Amino acid sequence: MSDFENSALEIIIQSDTAEARRVQDVLEQGLQNVKAPDKDVFCIRLALEEALVNAIKHGNQMEITKKVFIKYTLDADVFEIMISDEGPGFDPNDVPDPTDIENLERPCGRGLMLMRHYMTEVNYNSIGNSVRMKKVFKKA
Amino acid sequence: MSAEPRKRRLEVEEIGDVTVVNFVDRKILDEQNIQIIGEQLFELVDAEGKKKILLDFKNVDYLSSAALGKLITLNKKANTSGGKLVLCNIRPEIKEVFEITKLDKFFKIKEDEQVGLQAFA
Repeated sequence: MSDFENSALEIIIQSDTAEARRVQDVLEQGLQNVKAPDKDVFCIRLALEEALVNAIKHGNQMEITKKVFIKYTLDADVFEIMISDEGPGFDPNDVPDPTDIENLERPCGRGLMLMRHYMTEVNYNSIGNSVRMKKVFKKA
Repeated sequence: MSAEPRKRRLEVEEIGDVTVVNFVDRKILDEQNIQIIGEQLFELVDAEGKKKILLDFKNVDYLSSAALGKLITLNKKANTSGGKLVLCNIRPEIKEVFEITKLDKFFKIKEDEQVGLQAFA
């Protein structure tokens, strides 16, 4: 096991967006406690929403009995999180670029792009049902 | 903590012939809320036949990609019915979400309500 997995706190939820909201609130409180900069809290909140919705909706197909596994570490300088679902996974390289002219009007496909923009690192496991994201805080 | 489906998520006001829409929620993130907000926005075009819609984002602190999807669909509906959709009062953090996704070029975005209203003249 990596250092991250050894020291991470774990939350397991059902595939329910109300539960995802509860996780967001817990993590946001944690970020406030370590005095993470407001801009970074904004970035993390957005990325988390996208990643949790992806896990619940696309990964677990909203099947309430399927679980989403959340592991995270948080200190004064960095926030790291791994969100895993029970779905078959996907290839993040296969997601069409939503900024291409032909895709611009498609209502889906922007979540991953926002996650990559707002977090310092975003990496998927090989089957694509677990995403690990890191945010290094920009202290003034 | 389920959302209340009956609750109005939008404040709608008519200024001249323009329908000005304010969002009740500061965070347009939650899937369930986005679904309801989307339905209430689409009703303006589909059921009420509004042609000139100005969406005011002054209350909005957060916006997810699912919310962007609803706005894209609303824009299409407005265009198809011969109407027009304009967005205004988008704070810099939210504007960045539009810029990253290049949707700042797709939507008509104006600085504030007054300039937004003039866009329909």
